[in-house]
Amino acid sequence: MQARIIPIFENKPAGGCGATGGGGKSSCGSAAGRGDLSPEVWEKVKNHPCYSEQAHHHFARMHVAVAPACNIQCHYCNRKYDCSNESRPGVVSEKLTPELAAKKVLAVAAEIPQLTVVGIAGPGDALANPEKTFKTFQLIQNSAPDIKLCLSTNGLALPDYVQTIQDFNVDHVTITINMVDPEVGERIYPWIFYKHKRWTGRDAAKILAERQMEGLEMLTSKGILVKVNSVMVPGVNDDHLVAVNQAVKSRGAFLHNIMPLISEPEHGTHYGLTGQRGPSAQELKALQDKCEGDMNLMRHCRQCRADAVGLLGEDRSQEFTTDKVAEMKVHYDAEARKAYQAFVEKEREDQEAAMKRELSGLAEDAGHANVLVAVATKGSGRINEHFGHAGEFQVFELTAAGAKFVGHRRVDHYCQGGYGEEETLETVISAINDCAAVFVAKIGLCPKKDLEQAGIEAVEEYAHQYIEQSLVAWFKGYLARLRSGDAVAVERGQGSLRQGAFVA
Amino acid sequence: MPYKIVAEECTNCAACETECPNDAILEKKGTFIILAEKCTECVGHYDDAQCVEVCPIPDCVVIDERLPRYAA
Ligand code: SF4
Ligand code: SF4
Ligand code: SF4
Repeated sequence: MQARIIPIFENKPAGGCGATGGGGKSSCGSAAGRGDLSPEVWEKVKNHPCYSEQAHHHFARMHVAVAPACNIQCHYCNRKYDCSNESRPGVVSEKLTPELAAKKVLAVAAEIPQLTVVGIAGPGDALANPEKTFKTFQLIQNSAPDIKLCLSTNGLALPDYVQTIQDFNVDHVTITINMVDPEVGERIYPWIFYKHKRWTGRDAAKILAERQMEGLEMLTSKGILVKVNSVMVPGVNDDHLVAVNQAVKSRGAFLHNIMPLISEPEHGTHYGLTGQRGPSAQELKALQDKCEGDMNLMRHCRQCRADAVGLLGEDRSQEFTTDKVAEMKVHYDAEARKAYQAFVEKEREDQEAAMKRELSGLAEDAGHANVLVAVATKGSGRINEHFGHAGEFQVFELTAAGAKFVGHRRVDHYCQGGYGEEETLETVISAINDCAAVFVAKIGLCPKKDLEQAGIEAVEEYAHQYIEQSLVAWFKGYLARLRSGDAVAVERGQGSLRQGAFVA
Repeated sequence: MPYKIVAEECTNCAACETECPNDAILEKKGTFIILAEKCTECVGHYDDAQCVEVCPIPDCVVIDERLPRYAA
């Protein structure tokens, strides 16, 4: 299940393109992936892969686990393993010293110029380990000042560190807020450690909620971007999250990301062991819709594993294990990184301009047509992945307004070790059976036929070209074929979602 | 003097290390230990033993029965 990110301010004009109120729906139909973000916020987050799907094509982020201590206990966390809130449960992350962490960041940045953001998140709480967290930031800043810093916190210690956060130029903070009402909170948090004392029950939840709100207000009043994560626990805080959404919206958080509880008994969390279930896809969606009011935005959070390294679906963390990093000689080339980033800036402008050009004439043709298509890509905003090698497909919605990213579908590589497996092909087809076409760099004859039989056209002719422009160009042709009777619109499936964390 | 850390339970999260008012807790060969001669059971500093209160694992920080209780 993917988490969906909900922008929680409304009625802000987006980019002077005649955006209207009404749930904040922007009328620009922009392909830039900016959803409903205001220009100032967009400027800050456009290169942040966690906040914009388009940025995910060009940029990478990494987390470093330097902060294992925590000052609260959550019922969805088994501290013997990991902070299940921030990473895949049951996967033990490496614990790093600030020195090693900074070296790892430099090593990755030298190898992967796409790396723009480094975060300190779970396991543990970044602000329950202030020395380690800020020492790490300082070391990174000294040698790689172009890298942006972000941190995640449960908020308990936040008010004490807002000034430090500002001094270190941290531009994004994520606070996990699961409740604003202590009666709800006492069923999520068994205890907190605050002012040299362990607090339990409603008192604990009350303190935590107050500290979270205070910290949130302090950050936003300083202009620091705050995203709020909430874990949806059915029967505990599901209905209540609407109130949380209101509370954080009114205090200036710029995004609200509602994530499903993950609670397998084998993770050994309190919820896992007591049979507290996670939400179904429908329940999650219903709640997100209630909070959202408008669907026109970023839906790309892959609930990444915290220590993953790389772009879109690629995980290179094995090249950067603690042992390997300790041995490495690192050459950090700021110029090469700058050059790459300037190149990306230009690419993105080109892509947007190309899509705009392509749009001419579409509106009359398209009417109310609404078609989903899938794309195999390994990043850079191009159709550049072989069908058989795709670990995920990006799904775009085509309408009179152009192409809009609406989500991704994870699949197993159809082509494992050089030969395709019939079974995997079936699951790939069921993952994208709501799509009229799939765009690939290349595809074999057999899978192409099978897809056709399932009513999905495999399109190779736009290989290595810009995604959105190509989709619109194809869409025009498709509409023409519909009119001439060369193609028929068919009843389509639901598209099945796969559970679990994504690796990058 | 009498608190100790049960090594098999400890997750090495280091939460206790920073809370101890007497710097009695340190990491040694990958696990955390309490230096008995430095531990005052937090007497004179706090009402409750900080390491016990902050530790996320039940029964991980416990009284060391082999030693006499701290007397100020
Ligand atoms: S804040 Fe994170 S590390 Fe701390 S108990 Fe909650 S989930 Fe675990
Ligand atoms: S009881 Fe107090 S003094 Fe003794 S180790 Fe724990 S925190 Fe330190
Ligand atoms: S707080 Fe508990 S688990 Fe963490 S290092 Fe100390 S004794 Fe070990």
